[in-house]
Amino acid sequence: MFRAQKKRVLERTTFGHEVEREQAYPDRLNMYLVPPLAEITLDQFEEWAVDRLRVLGEIETCVFRNIKAKQMEQSVRPLMEKYLPLSPNSTSGGGNKDMQLEEERKKDHYSHFILRLAFCRSEDLRRRFVKAETLLFRIRYLSVDPSERQALLRKYDFGWTPVSDEERDDLLPNLIFASENSSAPFEKTVKSESYFKVPFERVPELIETRRVYMKAGVAYVPSSLQLSLILSEFSAKLERALEITARALPRLDEDDRLVPILNHLSKGFVAPEYVPEGGDHGDGVKAWQVDSLVEHMPLCMRTMHQALRRDQHLRYYGRQQYGLFLKGIGLSVEEALTFWRKSFAKTTDDKFTKEYRYNIRHNYGLEGNRKNYRPMGCQQILSDAAPGPNDHHGCPYRYFSEDNLVASLEGIGIQDRSVLKQVKDDVKAKQYHVACTRVFEASHRTLHGVKSLIGTGVGMESITHPNLYFDRSLQMAKEAEKIEQASDEHAAAAATIAA
Amino acid sequence: MPSFKTDDLSQCRDPTEASSPQSQSSVVQQFDGNIQTSSSPTPVAVKEDDMFGDEDDDDFEAAADALESKSSSAPSSSAPMVAPISTPPSKTAGLDASDMPIFYQRLMPFKEIFQWLNHFPSPTTSFTNREFAFTLQNDAYLRYQSFPTSDAFKKEVNRLLPSRFEIGPVYSANPRDRKIVRKTAFRPLEKELVFDIDMTDYDDVRTCCKGTDICSKCWNFITVAIRVIDQALREDFGFQHVLWVYSGRRGAHAWVCDKRARTLDDSKRRAVASYFEVLKGGAQSSKRVNLKRPLHPFVARSLNILRDSFKDTILIGQDPWRTQESAEKLLSLLPDRELNDALRKKWASSGDRSSLQKWADIDALAEQGVSRTLDPTHLLEAKQDVILEYLYPRLDAEVSKHLNHLLKSPFCVHPGTGRVCVPINGERPETFDPMDVPTAGMLTAEINEWDMVHKTLDSPEREKLSDYEKTSLKPYVEYFHRFVSGLMKEEMKQKRQREAESSGSLDF
Repeated sequence: MFRAQKKRVLERTTFGHEVEREQAYPDRLNMYLVPPLAEITLDQFEEWAVDRLRVLGEIETCVFRNIKAKQMEQSVRPLMEKYLPLSPNSTSGGGNKDMQLEEERKKDHYSHFILRLAFCRSEDLRRRFVKAETLLFRIRYLSVDPSERQALLRKYDFGWTPVSDEERDDLLPNLIFASENSSAPFEKTVKSESYFKVPFERVPELIETRRVYMKAGVAYVPSSLQLSLILSEFSAKLERALEITARALPRLDEDDRLVPILNHLSKGFVAPEYVPEGGDHGDGVKAWQVDSLVEHMPLCMRTMHQALRRDQHLRYYGRQQYGLFLKGIGLSVEEALTFWRKSFAKTTDDKFTKEYRYNIRHNYGLEGNRKNYRPMGCQQILSDAAPGPNDHHGCPYRYFSEDNLVASLEGIGIQDRSVLKQVKDDVKAKQYHVACTRVFEASHRTLHGVKSLIGTGVGMESITHPNLYFDRSLQMAKEAEKIEQASDEHAAAAATIAA
Repeated sequence: MPSFKTDDLSQCRDPTEASSPQSQSSVVQQFDGNIQTSSSPTPVAVKEDDMFGDEDDDDFEAAADALESKSSSAPSSSAPMVAPISTPPSKTAGLDASDMPIFYQRLMPFKEIFQWLNHFPSPTTSFTNREFAFTLQNDAYLRYQSFPTSDAFKKEVNRLLPSRFEIGPVYSANPRDRKIVRKTAFRPLEKELVFDIDMTDYDDVRTCCKGTDICSKCWNFITVAIRVIDQALREDFGFQHVLWVYSGRRGAHAWVCDKRARTLDDSKRRAVASYFEVLKGGAQSSKRVNLKRPLHPFVARSLNILRDSFKDTILIGQDPWRTQESAEKLLSLLPDRELNDALRKKWASSGDRSSLQKWADIDALAEQGVSRTLDPTHLLEAKQDVILEYLYPRLDAEVSKHLNHLLKSPFCVHPGTGRVCVPINGERPETFDPMDVPTAGMLTAEINEWDMVHKTLDSPEREKLSDYEKTSLKPYVEYFHRFVSGLMKEEMKQKRQREAESSGSLDF
């Protein structure tokens, strides 16, 4: 027994004897299940990783700009061709071409695994890496030939059971009603479609949106939705692998050549997210000043503020969203406690201390796991818990009915028909941040008499964070004041000269 | 306005004398067969502590990162101390705190709860690494409690006499060791998939009661919700072990106990919760139902269930559109302007028409052809949307989405009402009436009465009977017992299968 153990140890350390260090890459699409084993130079290590990072970074930027997966390809393709090209087998003609093909795929393979090392270390990095890699895989999968897709399906066994024609015909009405396409000839499509049976756990995103028929825990997935299956398989496998890598990573620490590179890489993958500085407004904001600052707040925060003033209460998610926003504009924890205590006028001190105080302090990192929470960005507000019947949180552009939205906008002084129409169009196109930016521009044109934002030194990028809206609005107000002062002085100077 | 909270005021005594540690222990000491209850109960006015009908009522918000104990003094050692009780507990207004020792000692089915969470006769990690959270009578909140056996659990509950306790996930390590083990080694592994339906979420379509009040009219909302969710859990998701529990006041919880449900991770829980989400949007979105047509089979089937009780529950029970003003809400949900104008005119002229009549008027006028622009399909779909908007289950989805969300245990006593959180038969939810649910005080009295009547019985005769069998809690405990047996049988079967498979592969 001892001998057997020893042998196993030996095998582990040498990876056995017959391991082939150089792998062949017959296909373009790679699920990255097998790590690379050959040696590469340190320069390659860094260069390949950085090149892949450029592509992933662009993908993340698209996500933040709320660009749909379908349009993403356009923005990413140039970078992909430059930094991470993958040519199809058809371009091979022997000799040099073949070498190039192998080289491209090798780079793709190695760079993926290098970045795994860099991005496995925190949950946040893992999540973002999986998301970007999955989107990259999606773009590639859609751009390859059908024969290459088939090859991928053959190569990796996904464990899907095909549905027999009889079973499909038995379930036909249900399959039709569950299908996405509700136009007239859809019956025909369903009849000719091939279906797979998959345990529902494997296709959560299809369940979530009710895009498939469900029976006894089995989802009936049409082959047209296969992509979603493959992607969830891809991201699930990658997620698991990253966790394993994260656990193994401490053992890598002895290698002082790689660690600095890896650290550097993970820092390079910084989300283009707005980070409010907080407390940047002089001595911070006092609780009593909040009401006077409402005019600088975006519609979502105004809505919650008004609801809070009207009901003298705000439900959990509203408190979270608004509370963190206030933290972002510079309310200290003491001022926050004062603000909420006063706002919850109907609540007894006892109840307030018991039920609300903890959560406020928690947001400031003073309770629980002591994490210092950041104000939520638009992305988070849009993707987090949707508001229920008595809630006031969430993005108003997304959740308000058209009439209520128009009424609210008119309430904050947007009267211009053409602007309102444009906002409605933005909302219909689900471009909520564009709508918000438009409202910002419109309201600040009228509010401060500033003709255009250009020249005020305030950036023109779109609103991606409620605090960005606020900070920019406040900054503009100051600029406008300065201009006014300057022109007053100018006028005064002119007056004195004239006199 | 019928409210059942006032009914059990007779059970209330002055809360100031109710729960000092001394009085608790004295009750425990007195307990040896004869229970002393106060012979002259002094009713106290129940002050509604829940002024806002908030979401914070039934379960503590344990969002993913608010994992730490609320009470900074909560000790992490195996022997938490009871903090000295200085203020009279406000939450126990509907409940006499001195009933709690008797309830925990003699009525709470600890063995069944243990088996329910453990799935096997002897303790496994499903129980020993399971988190319990106690809310003490001074409102201190103790998280990360865990117990090696059912007896240890019972003993601790009897020592601390929590006003309620909640059940959390099974962790990869013992929750009491969470500060010792590495952070990554302590993560939630499994928990029953849970659902929470609360009457507060129906406030905008409820006319009979407000806030924390309920009556049998509005309980129909919950009944219908149970029917819709239960059926989908069984037919669509193939779950078999679905336990419905009355939340003690104005809602119901579902615990899906199948192994497959217990092991779902957060993203899958979110998927299931969203599958059930039909109403979308907050207070400001006028139309909350936006569905593709034809309806998904699940929505179509749910709609059929809702349609059956729409007339009784909404049109007659709630009568939401009786006034001219409230009828505008209905009109805003209908698609055709000309038809709306005709309806408005008719309702204005004919005075007081009930919602039932108004609902019928829609089709009647449509058939008369008052509108040339009317599209009958649109009208039909709009009417379907109205039914969904008013009656489709409103789930607190966040409770279902997180593996580490805590939920109040079955058979706890609701601190506000004193009622026991008893199981509801999911196959026949219409037989359940929250007004029939016994309170802890009633049950104590029932035990005493039984003991008085059967004083003459020999002691072996008397000991044959469990205490719960002497009370109106009996059918609920028996139902729970059957549920747990079914679940355990299934688990044993699966375990044998797994063992057979693994031993088979060894032989091979």
